Amino acid sequence: MSADQRVVRRWWLPAAFVLLAASVAFGAMIGPAGGISSTNWEIIWNIRLPRVALAGIVGAMLSLAGASYQGVFRNPLVDPYLLGAAAGAGLGATLVFIYGRLSTSGWLVDPLPLAAFVGALLAVIVTYTVGASFGGSSLSLVLAGVAVAALATAVQQYLLLRNSDVIKEVYSWISGRVSTATWGDVKLVLPYVVVCSVVLLVHRRHLDVLRVGDEEAATLGSEVRRVRLVVVIAATLGTAAVVSVSGLIGFVGIMVPHLVRLVAGSSYRMVLPLSIVVGASFLILADIPGRILERGSETPIGVVTALVGAPMFIFVLRTRRVPA
Amino acid sequence: MKRFSSIAALTALLLTAAACGDDSTQSSDTASPTTAGTDTTAVADTTAATSADTVAAAETTDPMGEAPMAIISLSPTHTEMLFAIGAADQIIAVDDQSNFPAEALDKPHELSGFEPNVEAIAALEPDLVVIADDSVDLTGQLGSLGIPVWVGPAPTTFDDVYAQIEQLGAATGHVGDAAELVGQMQGDIEAAIAVAPVMAEPASFYHELDPTLYSVTSNTFIGQVYSLFGLTNIADGVEEGNDYPQLNAEFIVTANPDLIFLADSKCCGETPETVAARDGWSEIDAVRNGTVIAVDDDIASRWGPRLVDFIETVSAALAKVPAQA
Repeated sequence: MSADQRVVRRWWLPAAFVLLAASVAFGAMIGPAGGISSTNWEIIWNIRLPRVALAGIVGAMLSLAGASYQGVFRNPLVDPYLLGAAAGAGLGATLVFIYGRLSTSGWLVDPLPLAAFVGALLAVIVTYTVGASFGGSSLSLVLAGVAVAALATAVQQYLLLRNSDVIKEVYSWISGRVSTATWGDVKLVLPYVVVCSVVLLVHRRHLDVLRVGDEEAATLGSEVRRVRLVVVIAATLGTAAVVSVSGLIGFVGIMVPHLVRLVAGSSYRMVLPLSIVVGASFLILADIPGRILERGSETPIGVVTALVGAPMFIFVLRTRRVPA
Repeated sequence: MKRFSSIAALTALLLTAAACGDDSTQSSDTASPTTAGTDTTAVADTTAATSADTVAAAETTDPMGEAPMAIISLSPTHTEMLFAIGAADQIIAVDDQSNFPAEALDKPHELSGFEPNVEAIAALEPDLVVIADDSVDLTGQLGSLGIPVWVGPAPTTFDDVYAQIEQLGAATGHVGDAAELVGQMQGDIEAAIAVAPVMAEPASFYHELDPTLYSVTSNTFIGQVYSLFGLTNIADGVEEGNDYPQLNAEFIVTANPDLIFLADSKCCGETPETVAARDGWSEIDAVRNGTVIAVDDDIASRWGPRLVDFIETVSAALAKVPAQA
């Protein structure tokens, strides 16, 4: 890498922060209740800003987790839901909906995020245990994840068929949303996201070493197993936390890290911090059409991320042609 | 971290300030309709408790005699109820599924009850929001703005229905109109049952929700309508614990119902003719005897004042079942 490139790449992080600031500003200004004014400040503070904050946190965490998983498994197609986290969270949430949201409305702690969190975590623990039992290589982990996800999804589908009255609620949750965000949700996930992000960022140099392969990394002195375990736990815990309040928002965790790599190179020292900032900006922006596209109703954010994100992604891939 | 904890502190401060500042009007409003809504299922069985509860709700909702004047209804059923109890002038907007009575369409009707946009609702500055289910926590989000939300979930008994009408009457200042409507519905329903023919053997029926053969059991309020006439529901006990089972065609043909009610006539264009044309269905008694009845999807799925129309349709259909059935 030449000195010139280094200088250019150093500019990406400030540029990303400018993008984030602009996204937050747009996010705060645009909505069905109109621009910011003293008369609608109550609405903006209580309804719109929690959305902006949560979209930013969820986007940042999913992108960071996606980039970390891609590094630790050396597979560019991996997303934050890889190890069964999504299926586990979906199953947990389904159980709560079947038990009945009305009967849980008086509970001290809302069981929905809790169940999603526990479900995601359990699924990943099972995946890791099973994967470790037949070798513990990244491939065996991925295969175990696929199997666990299939199992959890099958159980969930069966439960839904037997309880068809909650199908609408469950699918609305699964398709992901930040439209119901409250400051309470923001406070709930923020500690997890901050801790997990710090842990992942601390390991970004190890991920660069892992890129050369497990054996080579070991000879270079990197404790491959320990690094992989720590990174997987941190990425999963963060993913589970955001999924528990936002539901499953797809595509962000794959797309954002790739966009970042295309513009800033594939060193994880740049990819991880940039993924956080760009991921937050992307989801904040993606949430805006969700609330203004149709007057009076919400368009699910997952639809927007894919509808806007996919063509943009293809366009960038075609024009940049940078090897991954 | 620091910035966020200060935001949290600021939130707490603002919330406390809002709660204290408007204590006299808003927070008491918030408390009572919500409580009334969730009470519906609990108090439905005992009529005495229901009416006592309604009176209590009326008093706490309306201490100054001021009824809400900017109601938003996000539930077609409750839009029908509100119009029927004379609260039409107090409604400022309804949801995009509220299509009855026709005057409901004169109100702004762009809001969605399925994917509610909280900000769009709040921007209309309602003083009461009426919904049928709170799966997306509208109560919490609108509550943070001091906007009261009344929840009227799908009932399981007729008493639930009457209780909801009475609660809406209390919440909107139409206690008398609501009592009158309930009395009239009860009278009409009794009359519809009285004119139905007495059957030597209970007739069986299949209620079709959609062309993929989803049905309802007697535990739902739709099923209760048929129970009024002592009919046998072929969907009962098919799937333990599931009140909306998906039946299979073979089972329906084997069960050979005397009556088929199509609650998918509007949505999906099902008619007695399309049912007769289904493979194997021509053998069913209901098809042979011409007792396949298309009912209006809306009437057969809402629990408002037009419940009476649904019951009268069933009553009229029974007269067509051959005596030996």
